[in-house]
Amino acid sequence: MTGPADTAGPEARPAGGLSPEALAQARELVALYPEPRSALVPLCHLVQAEHGWLTPQAMVEVADLIGVTPAEVLGTASFYDMLHTEPVGKYVIGVCTNIACLLNGGIELLEHAEERLGTRAGATTADNLFTLEEVECIALCDKAPCLTVNWRFFGPLTHDGFDALVEDLAAGRLEGEVPRHGILNRVRREGGLRVAREEVLAERAASDQALEQRKAAREAVEKREQAQQGQGGKQGGKGSA
Amino acid sequence: MITDAAPIVTARLRQHADSHTLERYLATGGYRALRKALSMHPEDVAAEVSKASLLGRGGAGFPAGRKWSMLRPNPVRYLTVNGDESEPATFKDHLLIECDPHQILEGSLITAYAIGAAQVFIYVRGEFALGLERMQSALNEAYRYGAVGRDIFGSGFSVDVVVHPGAGAYICGDETGLLESLEGKRGFPRIKPPYYPAAMGLYGEPTVVNNVETMSNIPWIVLHGGDAFASLGEGSSTGTRLFALSGHVRRPGNYEVEMAKTTFSDLIHAPVYGQGLRAGRTLKAFIPGGASSPWFGPELVDLPLSQDEVAKHSSMLGSGSVVVMDDTTCAVRAAWRITRFFARESCGQCTPCRVGSGWLEKIMRRIEDGAGREEDLDLLLDVCDNISPELVWPPQQTTICPLGPSIPPSIYSAIRMFRDEFLVHIKDGACPYA
Repeated sequence: MTGPADTAGPEARPAGGLSPEALAQARELVALYPEPRSALVPLCHLVQAEHGWLTPQAMVEVADLIGVTPAEVLGTASFYDMLHTEPVGKYVIGVCTNIACLLNGGIELLEHAEERLGTRAGATTADNLFTLEEVECIALCDKAPCLTVNWRFFGPLTHDGFDALVEDLAAGRLEGEVPRHGILNRVRREGGLRVAREEVLAERAASDQALEQRKAAREAVEKREQAQQGQGGKQGGKGSA
Repeated sequence: MITDAAPIVTARLRQHADSHTLERYLATGGYRALRKALSMHPEDVAAEVSKASLLGRGGAGFPAGRKWSMLRPNPVRYLTVNGDESEPATFKDHLLIECDPHQILEGSLITAYAIGAAQVFIYVRGEFALGLERMQSALNEAYRYGAVGRDIFGSGFSVDVVVHPGAGAYICGDETGLLESLEGKRGFPRIKPPYYPAAMGLYGEPTVVNNVETMSNIPWIVLHGGDAFASLGEGSSTGTRLFALSGHVRRPGNYEVEMAKTTFSDLIHAPVYGQGLRAGRTLKAFIPGGASSPWFGPELVDLPLSQDEVAKHSSMLGSGSVVVMDDTTCAVRAAWRITRFFARESCGQCTPCRVGSGWLEKIMRRIEDGAGREEDLDLLLDVCDNISPELVWPPQQTTICPLGPSIPPSIYSAIRMFRDEFLVHIKDGACPYA
């Protein structure tokens, strides 16, 4: 299954998971941190670049990459407003109504947006083009009332200005200014500690080996659980109540 | 008073549109401070920052030099730079990250050298997509230039820097919430003690957490000396500071002013700053230091922008954001929106904050909607008192982190200053400003 935000063809990536390029970038990110789990949030951003939201399959892949369970990925991701656990539209519009925007018509702008898009804040339009959100202060208070589209900033906005923005987005006139989902699309680390290439390769190999080990360990646990479940069934479902 | 003190952290970005590039940074004296610092003994670098008595620019105003000196001896130390700016109406770090990332980086590298950190994490608020791009690209440039990595400028000092994105949670601006988030967990602030990350921080190792504006001041301090910095400002408020002015002013924006000399009134009215209120409007109230700070009325507008002076009047400069409200503002609505912010952003660990914020938001909402009762005012103050006993300043705390005690100020300020307005809402069954 792919999210509605997908614009590339279905053959471009595995169902709901990370593409090979994203996987390579994910491994680079994991290697940056003393503890792999630190890469959890950055990896979720990579997933959202691919799908717009955190698909169940991708959460399993992220869990594998950092050595935690998929439940821990979901349990952590659900804490953060920017990480979506449900599909979103191609463009996520976040209208700010916090204090500086409130004083300059932010709530009225949100109400106008709801009317113009025909959807309430928190929902997605029927054509899967726009998800509307009410967001907390996005630190653009000198341009209040303001909003973000896929975390690109716009403001100050009149109601007419909002309509024009929505039309431009729908017509594809802002593809350059407003990239697809995921805030790390244009972020790639090029440097790194200036170490000999052999050391980098050795580090990568060690990291890949650790990854394989974690994967194998997880699969062994799954297999054991499956076997136990099978046995449990025969014995009359111990603990299944 | 508008002093002629030259800006420290915004000099470059005010003059150049390409202030975020390495080329411009080097052309305007960039990385000279790092070279100088690397030729000094680390303790001497720290001593200059102590001499500057640079107060942390994140909100709590803790002296940076003292924070560094509290690190316990350990083979591993970390520096974490807090760029998770989310305090409502605060937008100064956003500007610094987007427009002068090398300055933050240079300050961080000098700090890492001074405290002996081998790895630096620059935590950038996830919503700052362009900021993340600029920060990472500055880091890439700095690696190529040799300012980061192994054996920087042939000094023998090595440090690695990682730019880390957040994902939308106000609570991660709290230093221990930020560390949890950086460890890949929910941003739950840690139970104290240990009180400071300097004892137990990232991965349990001693860690310094400094704000990006704090870091931006370090190169200047190293180049010009701590005494030069301390000669600006007055009392404990030394140097210049970036104030984010918003709300009902003609020209909202970020203005760097000499601390303790310039007043709120200067900031709001001066032609070089806010240019005053809109025609025919009068000042009703202003918030002196972010959504967590108690409000001030027009009678305090001539107070200087000094941490000590503002504290004398039971509020704070906090995150350096000043919100101006003119006579068209409904105090109930303004306080309700701030309360709803805290209700949404409460992480949920502590009952007074999790439950109290929700109650307060509902009560404020019903008053604004015209369904309030007169006894609601006492009820509001009672719930506030359960979160922060006695409602005194500085606030008392019943919660793990300061988010809890940040909830009452907007409510008790609005009630104390505009009680009549609440009563009109209740008596008329409607908002008089609607």
